[in-house]
Amino acid sequence: MIGLEVLYQPFVEFGFMRRALAGAAALAMAAGPLGVFLVLRRMSLMGDAMAHAILPGVAVGFLTAGMSVTAMTVGGMITGLAVALLAAAVARLTPQREDASFAAFYLVSLGVGVLLISLKGGNTELLHVLFGTVLGLDDAALILVSATSSVALLVLAVIFRPLVMECLDPLFLRSESRMGPVVHIAFLLLLVMTLVAGFQVLGTLMVVGIMMLPAAAARFWAGTAIGQMALAAFSGVFASYLGLLLSYYANVPASPAIILSAGIVYFLSVTFGTQGGLWQVARQARARRLRLSRISQRDF
Amino acid sequence: MGIGVALMAANPLPDTPISAIELEELSLGWRDKVAVRNLSGCFPQGSLTALVGPNGAGKSTLLRGIMGWVTPLSGHIRLMGSSAPAFMPQQGDFDKTFPISTHDFVAMGAWRRVGPWRGFGRGERERLESALQAVGLSDFGRRPLATLSGGQLQRALFARLMLHDADTYMLDEPFSAVDRATTEDLMSLLLEWNRAGKTVIVVLHDLDLVRRHFPQTLLLAGQCVGWGATDEVLTPENLHLARHLCAGDYL
Repeated sequence: MIGLEVLYQPFVEFGFMRRALAGAAALAMAAGPLGVFLVLRRMSLMGDAMAHAILPGVAVGFLTAGMSVTAMTVGGMITGLAVALLAAAVARLTPQREDASFAAFYLVSLGVGVLLISLKGGNTELLHVLFGTVLGLDDAALILVSATSSVALLVLAVIFRPLVMECLDPLFLRSESRMGPVVHIAFLLLLVMTLVAGFQVLGTLMVVGIMMLPAAAARFWAGTAIGQMALAAFSGVFASYLGLLLSYYANVPASPAIILSAGIVYFLSVTFGTQGGLWQVARQARARRLRLSRISQRDF
Repeated sequence: MGIGVALMAANPLPDTPISAIELEELSLGWRDKVAVRNLSGCFPQGSLTALVGPNGAGKSTLLRGIMGWVTPLSGHIRLMGSSAPAFMPQQGDFDKTFPISTHDFVAMGAWRRVGPWRGFGRGERERLESALQAVGLSDFGRRPLATLSGGQLQRALFARLMLHDADTYMLDEPFSAVDRATTEDLMSLLLEWNRAGKTVIVVLHDLDLVRRHFPQTLLLAGQCVGWGATDEVLTPENLHLARHLCAGDYL
């Protein structure tokens, strides 16, 4: 019986653990499905870029208003969107490739952001912004994260059909309607929104992890976009729970522990996944070899 | 009947066709390269035209211009039909590995009727089934798109196009990735649509296929080399000229 208690006792005993679980789970439910679309559109790097891009805005918010949720959120939204649009514009108007364009912008953003925060704050503030405060979520942060996730999921449901078409066959959507650019911008908005809300929980460096890792893992289990989205959300929540437990018992920082858990889920999926996982690929190759050798034995 | 007679009377030449798409001194280009220069003419309603030319002749650009995705550098494109033309991309233009069932992929064709939010009623589902049947993919609806072969994928694209109900179909190299049998099957579908009165424009490389099935041909090589009856356009001189014109671009 002692064994089972270990799994829920920290959450029963401590309010901050319950808050952490609620915040991280709310974030994961929206981040995973959004991440699935990033993976499908081959824009994994873009999630990374945007997460870093919100840093200068957050820093300016911090410089002007201190550790205020509102100021940092507004600042993060502004620079996140600005960088997304600028990087896309550079990729479109010059021969620069989109991934290189995003990489350039996010490296600059990271530098500017860290520099700005260091102007006024010390290492504590810097760590808060980079790695989040999942164990110290106040009401404002918790409400922000859950409201943002709810809105993100609702909007995602509304634009789902054209968004799938935009990923799958952009020319087709273009021939049928003018929604393409609108859907693209809406998706970018959702992305920035979720990342900004998520940085309160996991920090700007770690928040992409809860978006990309569950999505990349879901690819190995589900054959449809819908299935991948549901699975990504679920495994993100599971990783949050696992990471918080790990952080509690091993006494390690919470947000890296959550990302580490998501990473473990990812590597298990790569190995054992039923949609092209390593194990399955190896078994199929072996079966093929056996079949071929049987056939050749029969022939000779 | 009365309308038909009135039309005939107003029209001194009974075989002068009504045009579906008119091009007037049209020039199209990307960035600083002009892909199509000074092209004039019309695709008559209900015509079946092959769009032929060497690589880089501006065939895809012309289709994209007609779809309105490339703004003309000069000149005009006039679309006469009530509905926008339906476009079929090349296989390389979309993500063949996207996790979606063949059924859902073909269902995209119903967009003009269902849009982003409406559900698929029984009418749409029947339409979808009959389109899948017409291209020979009845049993493939549940298969993921990524598992289809090149020929099956092309059949799925044709089924999707059938759901459109557009007046004009434009196909960009529909037979470049498929075997002979599939080509014959799909070609007979194209001819069927054309018999039903649709205007069909197809980018093709196989000149034998063009000579066998297409009454009209537009031979492009950055500019119009010939546009009219297929056997008058696809002469050795014209083909030589087309190759020569396109090679000049890269010398």
